[in-house]
This record gives sequence, structure tokens and C-alpha cells, in this order.
Amino acid sequence: MKIHEYQARQLFNRYHIPSSRGIAVTKLEEVASAFAKLANPACMAKVQVLMGGRGKAGGVVRVKSEAEAVAFCQKFLGKPFSTSQSQGQSKIVKTVLFTEDIGIVEEYYLGIVMDRARNAPVILFSKEGGMEIEEVARTKPQAIHKIHFSPDKLPKNVSNAHIPSSIAAIAENLARLFVEKDASICEINPLAMTTLKKVMALDAKIVFDDNALFRHEDLRALKDPDEEDEREARAKEFNLSYVSMTGNVGCLVNGAGLAMATMDMIKLAGGEPANFLDVGGGATADQVREGFKIILQDQRVEAILVNIFGGIMKCDVIAEGILRASREIRPRVPLIVRLEGTRVEEGRALLKQSDLQIISCKTIQEAAEASVREAKKYRKSHVSSHS
Amino acid sequence: MSVLIHKKTKVICQGITGKAGSFHALQCRQYGTQVVGGVTPGKGGTFVGTIPVYNTVKEVVEKTGADASMVYVPAPFALAAIREAVDAGIKLIVCITEGIPTLDMVRAVEYARAKKARIIGPNCPGIITSDECKIGIMPGYIHRKGSIGVISRSGTLTYEAVWQITSAGLGQSTCIGIGGDPVIGTGFIDALELFEKDPETKSILLIGEIGGNQEEEAAAFIQKNMKKKVAAFIAGITAPKGKRMGHAGAIISGSGGTAQEKIAVLEEKGVDVVRNLSEIGKVVQRSFV
Repeated sequence: MKIHEYQARQLFNRYHIPSSRGIAVTKLEEVASAFAKLANPACMAKVQVLMGGRGKAGGVVRVKSEAEAVAFCQKFLGKPFSTSQSQGQSKIVKTVLFTEDIGIVEEYYLGIVMDRARNAPVILFSKEGGMEIEEVARTKPQAIHKIHFSPDKLPKNVSNAHIPSSIAAIAENLARLFVEKDASICEINPLAMTTLKKVMALDAKIVFDDNALFRHEDLRALKDPDEEDEREARAKEFNLSYVSMTGNVGCLVNGAGLAMATMDMIKLAGGEPANFLDVGGGATADQVREGFKIILQDQRVEAILVNIFGGIMKCDVIAEGILRASREIRPRVPLIVRLEGTRVEEGRALLKQSDLQIISCKTIQEAAEASVREAKKYRKSHVSSHS
Repeated sequence: MSVLIHKKTKVICQGITGKAGSFHALQCRQYGTQVVGGVTPGKGGTFVGTIPVYNTVKEVVEKTGADASMVYVPAPFALAAIREAVDAGIKLIVCITEGIPTLDMVRAVEYARAKKARIIGPNCPGIITSDECKIGIMPGYIHRKGSIGVISRSGTLTYEAVWQITSAGLGQSTCIGIGGDPVIGTGFIDALELFEKDPETKSILLIGEIGGNQEEEAAAFIQKNMKKKVAAFIAGITAPKGKRMGHAGAIISGSGGTAQEKIAVLEEKGVDVVRNLSEIGKVVQRSFV
């Protein structure tokens, strides 16, 4: 779960991590007083949306007067905002954060992430602040200093030849936040040395481990429901895992790895997947029905490919579930089903005997090719019926 | 010989009275696994089928000499369950549970390593040595005794691959589902090392996916240390950046983790990478036989 910068700054305060002063506003009436409190004589205005590339999209600006601050909020508050990194999606800006305009001598990067290879969290520090850490890792890996630590033994006295003590103290507090709040990413970029010789965070990014939210009521309260894709949220309610994409072939698969591999097969067959959808190992009739509903909400979908490997759950049971769900939903697009596993002959026979127009395929390759072909046919008939 | 588990492995099930635990403990026993007991605190003295239930791991280990555990305990309690198994002297802990907090797994792996125990998983289908011992939730019948070792981050995708291998007339020595989480007890390299040493295994199929750089590290290890042939399949060529694809570990971050990068590195290091999911059986036959 991601939180907004202004929320992350509040958490920083609780963990004694110094940051530039900031005031979040949600209404135009609040802008004048926020500007008056922070301006010296200018201040920074930042739209609060959970997407990368805010600055380049004009969402982070230095405002030099109250009029400019108001104009900034008029331009963005309540309006859709998108960046080059938001994959064509836009979000309504509900909050603008004003922060002090700080005189900077040096910019650093300080972050904590999970090092999967070492099975441990790691503090990353670099004097190349302001740049993306991935870029630094690629071009100047020796500029990143790493300190691994155990969650049961928080790091102490991490200052060394590369990490000055003023920054070490911040790193130690950030590590405590990371562990106590079950974060998966805590990032300060830039961490600034100010002209007044103080070290403080000028930005804040925190991502929490979704699997640990059950033990953090306070963090669950920070969730911004508007930031979630509506269909993805609905899928979660039914224990489905859904990610929307931009293609025209919908797919419904049991298991995450097989679902990804199925998307890849659609691509290999010359099509584009409309989504990722994992209905879980069991693939019950209810889950298949909800899956169909979610897929069909996407108007771009022109065919649905169902790929189920029935292991413990038998194929004839799964076929019955698919038939029941199809009768209830009556999908407007062609349905291609590929079953494999236990009692597969019985499952395929059920699909074949049914009165529904289901195309049953033996291999995933046949199924992917059929889906792409059927989607094309559907588009043609659809276009001609309108013309 | 085989990898990690065999006919004589004595297995217990932690969380045996839950829905998944009881169902799969019985399925494993039906496959031929020696499931010698189960553990659910407060349910000691009862039975699941004919499998006796105990209150603690210590008790069941003392009574039965169990040496492996499969864990179905719900995520919030999984860390405690793993620690309990380690403390009772269990050396192989197969954690099926999904949704365990990442830092809990860091703690669990650290704890197990300090006491020389191995964790497989979490969020995995388990491990199976064909015709001998099944510890996990995979369908048994798709497996057939053979000489191909399988290592995978996924569940049903592994079943698909295993079934294609079996349908091609070949078989598997042991299949290890290492799990789809960011932090896991046994990684590709650990599993590759085990298969390299196993006389029954002649070649290995590695099934990876987007996220992290386990596959890249495995590629380097294969080139440097493996005499046996390795083929690979990587899922997620079409996966978008920054989105979690079902598995907690399956997310392409800014620093990499794309399927394309993984495939390129594996091929560069001499691994035969299967591009078409339908052709795993075919490629394995061409490459391994």
C-alpha cells in the first residue's frame, strides 16, 4: 500500500526524521494561510497523487506569491492529473502540499528496501541525491553505500567514512519506522543539507507490505480508496487478483504464474491481453462468475480466454462452474476455454454438449490462437452492425 | 537418492485441523507420504482421518521421530509455527501459507538458518519426489518417476509444465515449488545446488517469473557451477511495470525484474529458454534426451 507524501511526512515527524515544514490543503480557502505560514518569500507546491513523474508533468512548482499559489490549486485541485508514468490513467487531485522553499547545499539519497538476495532489509545511502536510485545503481554502483540489518536487531551507530553522523541518526530512525510499520520501501529523495547546515527530508515515499496491514490499524486508515483501480478493488473482495491492461483479449486463469504465462501466449499468438486475472487454485463457479463480470466491465474486451489447470479441483467440476457462470452472465463476447488436468475428458465433453457457444481447446497455444481470431471476428461483426 | 525428501521422510502437518491442512494431509498420505502426525494447539488427542493430532511440535517429534513439517497455519501465526518447528529439531519446513508479512519471513529464515533448518516457501505448492513423498498441495498423479528436476516460483504453472513432461513420456526426480514471495527460504541457487549433487537428477527445468533478480543470479550460477543441463521458462513478458501480478514477489520495479531481461541473461549464460508455454514438453525432450 502506498501513501501520499504529506502522510509520509507525518509519519516521519513521529519518528523524529526532520523534514521541511509542510501544510496540506484540500480547499482553495486554505491556500492563503498556508502560503503565509511557509513562504520565505516563495514556497513549493506539490500535487498529491500516487504516481511517479509528478515534477515533469508540472505537478511540483515553486510558487512566488499567494496569487501563484492560488492559481496552482485552481489548476489542479479537483481536476484529473496524469504523468508519463501513469500508463494513460489519470487521478483526481484532492490534496496539494505546500512546503518550505529550502536553500540547499547538497542533496543525498537515503532509502530502505528489502534486499531479496540477502533476505534482509538494507539501508541505501548515496550522495547522488535527486537522481533516481535505479539510475545511480546502473551508472555509479560504487556511489551507493549499503548497510544490511536484521528486523530483530535495529541498526545502531551506522555512521562511517561514507555516512556522516547527522545522516546516520536519520537512517537509524528510518530503519525503526521500516520495521515497526512493516514497510517495504522507505525513501527520502532528496535528503538535503540546507544552507543553515541542517539535514532534512524534502520528499517522502513510503510503501507498506500489504500482507502486514492486518496488524496496523493506523496504516489501514491512511489508505486512499480513490487511488485504487475500481475493478482491482472489486476483484479483491472476491479473493481474485486482477490487474487491468490495455489489450482486447480478456483472460481468466487459476494461479498467478499460469495467468502471466497465458497473457504471454496471447501476445505470442498476435493479440494483446486485456488483463491479468488469477481466480486462485480452486476456480469455483462464484469466482468465475465474478471474474467474468470484472473482465466484461472493460469495453475493450472482444474475447475471453479461460485457462484452468484442474489439479485437486477436477475439470468436470470446473466445467460445470464455467457453464453456470456463463448462463448467468451471458458474456457478450466469444468464450474460449482450455481445460487440462484431472477428469479433463469429462470436462471437455460437458463444454461440448452444452447449448452455449463455447470454444473448447486442448492446448494453450490453440486456445490463444482461437481467442485472437475470435476477437478479430467479433470486432468485424461489431463494427459492421453499427455501420 | 532424490532431493531433500524420499520414501522414509516422516512428515507432520502444522495447522492440520484447518480446512486446507486436513484435506491436504490426507491427500499426501494417500500419495504414499508418511504423514505421522499433525499439530493444532488445543486439539491434541483428536484425529484427522487416522492421523493423530498433537498440541505441540515437540510432542509429535518425540513420539514419532518426524523430520519434516508442512505448514498450513494462517499467515499471522506462521512465524510462530515455523519457530516452533525449528525449536523442535525439524530440519525441513515446507510452508504453504500465503500472505505472510515479508519481515516475518526475514525473521523465520534467519531463525531457521541459525539452527541449520531449511524452509521451502512460503506461498508455494510444496515439494514432491515422484512416487515416494509428496509434501504440499500439488496433484500427485501428474508426476512420474524420472530424471528431470523441476524448480519453480509458481503453482499451477508448474503443474502445467510437469504434466507436459509426463505427457512427453519423461518424468521428474523431485519438483520444488520455491514460492512466489519476495523473501523465501530456499532460492533457485540452493535448489540448483541440491539437484547438481543428486545422482538421480540428470537435467533441470527452472520456471521463473518477473520480479527480483533470482533468475539472473541463477543464470550466473549455472554457467559457473552446473554440469547438468538446465532449461528455463520465464512468465510475464506482457506484465506491466509497477503492478503486482498475483504473487507478492511478482512486480517489475524500476531497477529491473522484467521477463525480457531474465530471458536475455539466461540465454547469454547458455540456458535453453522455452518461449512458448505449449512447448515445454517438446523442448525438454529435445534438450534433455
